[in-house]
Amino acid sequence: MTKTLYDPSFEHDACGVGMVADLSATPTNATILDALTILENLEHRGATGSDVDSGDGAGVLIQMPDAFLREVYGDVVPPAGEYGIAHWMIPKISNVPDIQRAIDAVFERLGLTSLGWRDVPVDSTVLGPTSRASEPAFVQQLIARSAHEPAPDLERALYCARKVIEHTVDVYASSCSPHVLIYKGMLTAPQLRQYFDDLRDARLTSAIAVVHSRFSTNVLPRWDLAQPFRYIAHNGEINTVRGNRNWMTARETSLHSDVLPLPIAELTPLVTTGLSDSASFDEVVELLVQAGRSLPHAVLMMIPEAWERSTFMSESRRDFYRYHAGLMEPWDGPASVTFCDGKVVGAVLDRNGLRPARYWVTKDRRVVFASEVGVLPVDPANIERKGRLQPGRVFLVDIEQGRIIDDEELKGELAQKAPYGEWLRDQQRSLDEIDAPTMLTPNHASIVRQQMNFGYSEEDLRLIVRPMAQVSEEPIGSMGSDSTVPTLSKLPRPLFDFFTQLFAQVTNPPLDAIREELVTSTRVTIGGEDNLLTESANHCHQIVLPSPILSIDELAKIRYIEEFERMEGFTTVVIGGLFEAHGVGKGAERLASAIDALCDQVVDEVRCGTNIIILSDRNTTPELAAIPSLLLASAVHHRLVDEHLRTSAALIMESGDVREVHHVALLLGFGASAVCPYLAYESIDALIETGDLTGLSSFEARYQYGKALNKGVVKIMSKMGVSTVASYVGSQLFEAVGISETVLARYFPGFTSRLGGITLEHIAGSVLTLHASAYAPAPGERVELRNNGEYQWRRDGEIHLFNPRTVQKLQHATRAKRFDIFKEYTTLVDDQSHGLVTLRGLMSLVPSATPLALDEVESTASIIKRFSTGAMSYGSISEEAHSTLAIAMNRLGAKSNTGEGGEDDERFDTSDPRWNRRSAIKQVASGRFGVTSRFLVNADDIQIKMAQGAKPGEGGQLAGIKIWPWIAKTRHSTPGVGLISPPPHHDIYSIEDLAQLIYDLKNANDQARIHVKLVSEQGVGTIAAGVAKAHADVILISGHDGGTGAAPLTSLKHAGTPWELGLAETHQTLASNGLRSRVVLQVDGQLKTGRDVIIAALLGAEEFGFATAPLVVSGCVMMRVCHLDTCPVGIATQNPRLRERFTGRPEFVENFFEFIAEEVREYLALLGARTLDEVIGDATRLSITSTDDVNSDLDLSALLVTVAPDQRHQSVKQEHGLDGALDWIFLHDAVSAASRTTPFRFATAVRNVNRAVGTLTGSAITRSLGERDLPDDLIEIDLDGSSGQSLGAFMPHGMTLRLTGDANDYAGKGLSGGRIIIRPSLEATFASEENIIAGNVIGYGATSGEIFVSGVVGERCGVRNSGATIIVEGTGDHACEYMTGGVVVILGAVGRNLAAGMSGGTLYLYDPDQSVYDHLSAGVYEIDPLEYEDDERVRGLLTRFVEETDSRRAESILGDWRCERMHFVRIETSEYQRVRDELRNG
Amino acid sequence: MGKTTGFLEYPRQGPRHRPVPVRLRDWREVYETQSDDEVAVQGARCMDCGIPFCMQGCPLGNRIPTFNDHVYRSHWDQAAEQLFDTNNFPEFTGRLCPAPCESACVLGISDSPVTIERIEYEVAEHAFAYGFAVAHEVATRTGKRVAVVGSGPAGLAAAAQLASVGHHVHVFERSDAIGGLLRYGIPEFKLEKAILDRRLAVMASSGVTFHTNANVGDAVTPLENLQRDFDAVVLALGSTRPRLIPVPGSHLSGVYPAMTYLEAANRAVRDGQSSPIDARDRHVIILGGGDTGADCLGTVHRQGANSVIQIEILERPPDDRPDDQPWPTMARIFKSSPAHDEGGERRFSTETLEFHGAERVERIVVRDDATNETVVMSADLVLIAAGFVGPELDQLGLSGDAFVTSRATLSVDGDWRVDALGGPAPVFACGDAVRGQSLIVWAIAEGRSAAAAVDAHLSGHPSVLAAPVEPYSLSW
Repeated sequence: MTKTLYDPSFEHDACGVGMVADLSATPTNATILDALTILENLEHRGATGSDVDSGDGAGVLIQMPDAFLREVYGDVVPPAGEYGIAHWMIPKISNVPDIQRAIDAVFERLGLTSLGWRDVPVDSTVLGPTSRASEPAFVQQLIARSAHEPAPDLERALYCARKVIEHTVDVYASSCSPHVLIYKGMLTAPQLRQYFDDLRDARLTSAIAVVHSRFSTNVLPRWDLAQPFRYIAHNGEINTVRGNRNWMTARETSLHSDVLPLPIAELTPLVTTGLSDSASFDEVVELLVQAGRSLPHAVLMMIPEAWERSTFMSESRRDFYRYHAGLMEPWDGPASVTFCDGKVVGAVLDRNGLRPARYWVTKDRRVVFASEVGVLPVDPANIERKGRLQPGRVFLVDIEQGRIIDDEELKGELAQKAPYGEWLRDQQRSLDEIDAPTMLTPNHASIVRQQMNFGYSEEDLRLIVRPMAQVSEEPIGSMGSDSTVPTLSKLPRPLFDFFTQLFAQVTNPPLDAIREELVTSTRVTIGGEDNLLTESANHCHQIVLPSPILSIDELAKIRYIEEFERMEGFTTVVIGGLFEAHGVGKGAERLASAIDALCDQVVDEVRCGTNIIILSDRNTTPELAAIPSLLLASAVHHRLVDEHLRTSAALIMESGDVREVHHVALLLGFGASAVCPYLAYESIDALIETGDLTGLSSFEARYQYGKALNKGVVKIMSKMGVSTVASYVGSQLFEAVGISETVLARYFPGFTSRLGGITLEHIAGSVLTLHASAYAPAPGERVELRNNGEYQWRRDGEIHLFNPRTVQKLQHATRAKRFDIFKEYTTLVDDQSHGLVTLRGLMSLVPSATPLALDEVESTASIIKRFSTGAMSYGSISEEAHSTLAIAMNRLGAKSNTGEGGEDDERFDTSDPRWNRRSAIKQVASGRFGVTSRFLVNADDIQIKMAQGAKPGEGGQLAGIKIWPWIAKTRHSTPGVGLISPPPHHDIYSIEDLAQLIYDLKNANDQARIHVKLVSEQGVGTIAAGVAKAHADVILISGHDGGTGAAPLTSLKHAGTPWELGLAETHQTLASNGLRSRVVLQVDGQLKTGRDVIIAALLGAEEFGFATAPLVVSGCVMMRVCHLDTCPVGIATQNPRLRERFTGRPEFVENFFEFIAEEVREYLALLGARTLDEVIGDATRLSITSTDDVNSDLDLSALLVTVAPDQRHQSVKQEHGLDGALDWIFLHDAVSAASRTTPFRFATAVRNVNRAVGTLTGSAITRSLGERDLPDDLIEIDLDGSSGQSLGAFMPHGMTLRLTGDANDYAGKGLSGGRIIIRPSLEATFASEENIIAGNVIGYGATSGEIFVSGVVGERCGVRNSGATIIVEGTGDHACEYMTGGVVVILGAVGRNLAAGMSGGTLYLYDPDQSVYDHLSAGVYEIDPLEYEDDERVRGLLTRFVEETDSRRAESILGDWRCERMHFVRIETSEYQRVRDELRNG
Repeated sequence: MGKTTGFLEYPRQGPRHRPVPVRLRDWREVYETQSDDEVAVQGARCMDCGIPFCMQGCPLGNRIPTFNDHVYRSHWDQAAEQLFDTNNFPEFTGRLCPAPCESACVLGISDSPVTIERIEYEVAEHAFAYGFAVAHEVATRTGKRVAVVGSGPAGLAAAAQLASVGHHVHVFERSDAIGGLLRYGIPEFKLEKAILDRRLAVMASSGVTFHTNANVGDAVTPLENLQRDFDAVVLALGSTRPRLIPVPGSHLSGVYPAMTYLEAANRAVRDGQSSPIDARDRHVIILGGGDTGADCLGTVHRQGANSVIQIEILERPPDDRPDDQPWPTMARIFKSSPAHDEGGERRFSTETLEFHGAERVERIVVRDDATNETVVMSADLVLIAAGFVGPELDQLGLSGDAFVTSRATLSVDGDWRVDALGGPAPVFACGDAVRGQSLIVWAIAEGRSAAAAVDAHLSGHPSVLAAPVEPYSLSW
């Protein structure tokens, strides 16, 4: 098969995880059965592919079932603890005797012997065709020691043997241990028990059982990727795994262990290629444990909590982390890791705490831990306590000691294991300890010459460097990017431009590095690393840098480090990154040989003991040109990795070409520890000299600039969900677009080029062109920076598809309704023969031999139904612009999109079809602005925005000045108070969460299609496969170039890829996965012409979104000032004076879409097709031309591969599983009661599998009532048990859910007036204020209603609440984050980062310890005692709270109100109070 | 960028005009100077557009947002550097250009455009006043020789560009002074000739040699000689054949083509004498409502005409853009030049039927197309400003079909070559001779572009000179 765009390395997974442990250490079958029950009750967190009987993977880990083994093996079994079991998966095609011989030989070498093989009985009939096709044979092997002098350490010998076997024999061991046994496979959760007969055998016993069910995006069936692995079961995703793996490879030669029976060299590769991130993590945990660390120690080294900014942590604990930070970078990413070695079982949550993890301890000494509560029926009276794992915390059950060891005790003990603090004080160094020497630098006469030499443009100085130095912020831009794709550009582009930033979407969340700064760290250590498997003082003989951005002084200190006595043991060498500008041979050859030579030089230096390498391009001359710093860094980094020397030295870049945040991020991502952008600093000085930068000294300006770079890097990391620079270094979280395979293979190993692209000759040529323009300008050529017109169009700059002529023609054509002028416009856009701009510029249609007459082709009206306008919020654009689009699309029978700002209720009135302003597509974005039950019910389509083309992985911010009163009303916020859209949806941290939101929204409107909007990047096809498995109806692939109201320029230009790539990859991946027929594929991203549409259709798109073009039709002239509220044509502004200038009319927009459809018809006729459906996904009708660049091997033919010709578009509907909703038992009665406004009450039991209870009923009521609201408590549903996720999501006024028991995550999500009351079981004996009763993210995006919870809730309670009243007895971290309105009362302990990013609403905190300041996030708050009206309000609320929940905590507070009221504080933001007072005073 | 909200805060404010009674008593330029602060505020109105349509509207591709920003920040030197990089003669365009850039200004969609042209003027004047680089330093000489025929804006632009990269340039002008239309076509009150002389001095010092009274194509200087003596020849002949009004009586004395009249007037001003075609005390009729007509109007006022009527055959243009001439194109809308403020009557939709008079014209008969009435007006000086129909090619032997376009202009290939012409050295052409009667800014743009083509030919590799336009191209 021809190479498609799909690559298995892109796959992701996420999961449900659970554990049962018996503190009495008694092995029982019940423990295993309970764990399997948990697994089955977590089934909704796993997934199936197109073949529903083939699961993604499920498994169980148990203690060695000694009694059972004795029964099945007989007398050969040695005494307990004296044997191990290897549980093999052997491919069925294998020659088993050969394999057994090979295995036994390895065991023998290690002093072990095989005592018998046992075929594990399985029932293959339960498998679906996919899993059955790849089903292995399961064989267990009983192993004991053969040698007695010296007796091998059984566990380590088994470990080493298994590593060697797996590297040499084609088998996989689920487990190979004296302590645990693992059953797992490519199964669904319920299949696990059915498949393995052993698991149904009552003789199988254990005191611990860990279960895991996998939700994977994977396309290729893999039995070995099921979990648990040997030590861990992981729910989440390791974002930095690429770097972590590289670093482990780099360390291989520095590792040695006295306790392992084989040298490390025989165990390599330590990290097996082709496995999942979780598997790699497991391999390293295992190595650390086998080499002598305890299991919790190993896990905490790899997933450290956020210690860097913690103010509460004990010194010794901080020292523990600080010490280990020098040994190993964190494995960063959302992770709930359950670990078990057969003796202890525990779990740890990563620093962000983005996975749910709940546990409960029973009075009969059992511990149950799972992603959800209610997964195992437990008598409420038997509950001793209920808890949840908090971010960065660990929880350990020691079966041998028979007790639970809490976080404090465990970490306290670990911190005392060695004198870490003393070691650090003696050995760890900071640059602050020494004075800066003067550094001699070459004196280049002209800064402009140097800027030209390094490819600066005038825009770089004016739009990038200057603002960063002036205000220490990254510059903002708008309206996306419509200029040339770098690989097609004729200008010398920096190599940086050919890499785009990866970003998290769906499978893991991006982070908010600003509002959740406490989990971020920019700290890096430099100097050599010591043996990871041991500990000593020398391990921390390193220099700590607070930031990877170095000032000139800091660089000077490092450069002359040997001159300082204090810095003994560090040696620095500067290596020049230059090559000969002129000379024999081609530029590429000179460049390549220079890189080879300097790599050799670096290797020699490191071998001789140099532990800091500075790669510098300072000394360019007319004869010597600079090697692009990125090429240099990556080449040296990988060479050192290959030589296993990488951890012996730090790489520091002294680079002239670095000026943007993206550049720094790339250098770090490709292995540099720190970067000194010296020419940018000098440019800042020059700007000050010329008066272009004023009000700052050179020192201040450079500092500001460095700070902006630092912040920007953190932001880029956080888009990928990475929190620490230490783990970002070398993580390679980028995608190469348009670089030749030969360049990548040689200098960027691990990167694949799907398309080819520029060669080394091109790279050298670009450098030499710049070098010549700087050092040898032609006569008459001015030494002056060019304005390349990258950000703003320039006549002589980069080509933009929207330019004066195309904008003019488009506006003229649509205003005058002139198809002839429209054709002039499309010709200007489509004909790229004078200069390529887009990838589709290289594609052409293959006309049919039998073209059709135009009148044989389907009508424009039927084509137009496939069109929609893009998501532009009311708020980012004006009412005039927004409703113009809506009216036009409604008239056409097409769809407009609300964007994320909600929609005014009055626009739901559709009575006048000519002026219908209702947007058919309702967007649900992370801010959830205006997402109410009514909003959702009034949707034809509901679009979940996972990412946005212009700034994928980022949130948004609508400045206070744009929140005019009418905007505040629609968004349920306060006028004049700024709003934040968080980077992640706080109910989507993984793919199973997305499945949950899809389910919730489908419940909220079962007639609407659910869209998921993704942005094109490598692997988007794999993500789309997961999204299809999560039951999305429509998947939208957005190009990187999409418009936006505001985005950092670095995101506008450097994140995401063109839609051609993402669309083709998605179509191919879905098709090869059997999922294409389940979903509608939609595309958007600078679609401008009928040709764009037809090409997108041929690549697999069925529906098409347009945003920028209809705006241009409405009068937009691409000012690119949307973020400034000064749009002079009245579109991207709320200023009434400017809105008067709006000249758009619906007719113009109608003309546009009709013209586009007419063009599509012409192309269809040319292709000989009557309908668009006939050609969708038929890429054979496209042909590819190559560029005229002889130094590029760009080849787009991989885009045209057709995988499954029979599957080209959607043909079957998704099964959403609404039939199983609990609501059906009361829905009809409730709705009919509601319509009569008569009370209705119903009681039922509830389980965790009953998700989104009340939502379906709520939506039916909203739909039936129209604009009317019910009185409170008219419809009352009483629930008993553990409710599933999203309890009462989007529930409208008049509905009340009363839950006795507990709830999982997302209760009250999007609450729209309903009431939710959660109280503990009446039999419960625990203190509610100390026990967790509801999960994470309670009341997310609620707009009105009440949530009363008698108990503690998890993280992020009340996030983005904009109107609901929430009372809880305690919360986790980040409570009330991004809140814009409503009231939250917290009657107990709160976690960290309280009220982060909150802009409105009121928080009342019961704070008898006066510890509010310890918890509050950084921000401007007013913290006051209760005033008279607050007193009334809080007392009233608490009285009702007690009535509903019998809360003992509230009761006791009310009992002594006169005294207790003093313990309350009211927290509001200053901005909110100011605006509210202003409003009150008129 | 400039000031983000400048356009909302400041209204458009051009320079004040000197009072009519004062300015009619001399020949000096009409506008008063603006203070630097006033100009800076006008620079602040620039919105620094994502797509600066002005830059497309301007055939030169002037970096308008860039110099506006510099002006706003009072960085006159940097503004000048940017402006002179794309425009050899901003001191001319700042006075004479009808500013298609301003027609394309985004602010003009719903407000008044930025005073781009006036800012350009100010930048140029600051450059001369403060001695900023207005001439390119030439490091090396190529030894190549180029002849430029015609010294109007196109020829001068080509000459300046070619000199800037080190070629030896000789400019041949058939008249007695260098400047073409700038010298004798444009009245002093629009372009004081000292401004022209100032520029010519700069050019001379940068290595351009001027030859006056050199009528290429005559017996003394046949084109072949230039082709022999030079490595390349550039024809910048202009479009100099006036459009006549072939009605009875057009042969009468007192009926003149505008250019004849204006040239005489300009010479008179220079020499401090009265013009042989003086309008003093005469009843003047100007046929043609365009810029040349307005130039005549200002001139006759200053000469002391008794009465003036300016007649335009087309109807009065609308005050606002008609739908078929949308922004950002240069629409035909009603405009007044300062000369119209100085007096006289304007008539539109008026067709000339006949001139009456014995030997000298005495009356003119016209028909008002709006009312269909015939009107007789007394006239003892009639100036025909009805435009030009193309270059004079006969003398150069270029009148065959191979050389002439359907619009009676010179035919060039994509590299500005008169490719039908053989001979030892290649011949290039640019300006109105190629494009037909057009704007000064187009002439300069074509001169620059042709110079780039010449340089590429001479050097054998792509030229470093800018080529802002292609032959016969349009802005929109």
